[in-house]
Amino acid sequence: MQKRNLLSISDLSKEEILALLKRAKEFEKNPNQHLLDGKVVGSLFFEPSTRTRLSFETAVNRLGGRVIGFSDARTSSQSKGETLKDTIMMVANYADLIVMRHPLEGAARYASEISKVPIVNAGDGSNQHPSQTMLDLYTIYQTQGTLENLTITMVGDLKYGRTVHSLLEAMRFFNPHFIFVACDELRMPKQYKEYCKKLGIEYEETKNFSPEVINKTDILYMTRVQRERFSDLMEYERVKNVYTLTASMLKGCKPNLRVLHPLPRVTEITQDVDDTPQAYYFQQALNGLYTREAIICRALGL
Amino acid sequence: MSIQGKKELVVAALQNGIVIDHIPCDSLFKVVNILGIQNLENGVTIGNNLSSRSMGKKGLIKIADIDLPKETLNRIAVIAPSAVINIIKDYAVVEKHKVELPEDLIDILKCNNPKCISNNEPMKTHFHVMDGKNITLKCHYCERIVKQDEVVLK
Ligand SMILES: [Zn+2]
Repeated sequence: MQKRNLLSISDLSKEEILALLKRAKEFEKNPNQHLLDGKVVGSLFFEPSTRTRLSFETAVNRLGGRVIGFSDARTSSQSKGETLKDTIMMVANYADLIVMRHPLEGAARYASEISKVPIVNAGDGSNQHPSQTMLDLYTIYQTQGTLENLTITMVGDLKYGRTVHSLLEAMRFFNPHFIFVACDELRMPKQYKEYCKKLGIEYEETKNFSPEVINKTDILYMTRVQRERFSDLMEYERVKNVYTLTASMLKGCKPNLRVLHPLPRVTEITQDVDDTPQAYYFQQALNGLYTREAIICRALGL
Repeated sequence: MSIQGKKELVVAALQNGIVIDHIPCDSLFKVVNILGIQNLENGVTIGNNLSSRSMGKKGLIKIADIDLPKETLNRIAVIAPSAVINIIKDYAVVEKHKVELPEDLIDILKCNNPKCISNNEPMKTHFHVMDGKNITLKCHYCERIVKQDEVVLK
């Protein structure tokens, strides 16, 4: 058995990404495959994240494996001051694989260095959340039939949103064209724009969430603009409404455009968008199941 | 190698050992710290605010009868990239080279990110050197980018 962690999307090569997508497609056709018979998966959620945990645990169950673990550090030995190392050492004795979510950044990579079983990162603070990125890629592939040469428009919080940063990195293999739509406070950080320049990835940047932008877009990736990011609440109220997508804004869009969102949404996509053929965020969430089944199998060398 | 002039004499006054020259004055004691010089039993001479043609003022450390591996000495490059190592044998400089930043810095620096696991667990820190010239480092764990002016010693 080969131990293959999944810690950060940037650890994956193009071939590995494509192999995972191919695998996920098999699970989409048939999610119930008893590949994990007799296997135990540790599901360690040092901070609560119901959405991600249910998706991973469903994936294990659909593969016929068993889950041990905890869903909140308050109920675990961490609350008694146990180090992460000690918790990982203990669980690695019981489980064949550890899926972990942790509030501290780099926790999964550190765990991978001390664990004898593979680690799958289900989010480490604001650092990485590779299974989210894989499900985004899968959804893009599923809706567009390709990952190559797409125009991907990212809207909302491009400064703190780790999902957009990881997606940007993962798309580097596929010749994307990015449009970054955000207010000054939440612009795409310089670091990522430099990254694009270095790799020859085309991007445009605008404050204007305009029809011209939407009408040339293939993937419209919406993100949540959070109040706590603003020192000026008036500014938040203004920005929140400027970067809200409504059904009427999709009138002139390309027929293949799909709207994605990592969920949960608040106000950035109005309810009437749900009824358009462009809305795809609920299917996107379901794709999390198939991609996580693929990630688990890869980690176990199955 | 001939010994000429007053400046060289300061260096050459050592019979055998290492002279670390051209240390920025404000980094001198950090260099002492990184190399653990305070724990050595060898003869150590430390000079600071010495005049330097190239730097204006500089710091200098002489350690007698010691042979430190290159990897150890290179650790100081992160705070004193201008430092020059002189290996002295029988009062003569037998080798002279600038310090070079290694590819990885293990347990030398503290991560600037308070939410980094390395600041919350009893563990070694680890940085990758992205750019050795302008000193850009990346935390192996939280992936935070750290520039030279932000570097904090552990
Ligand atoms: Zn760090």
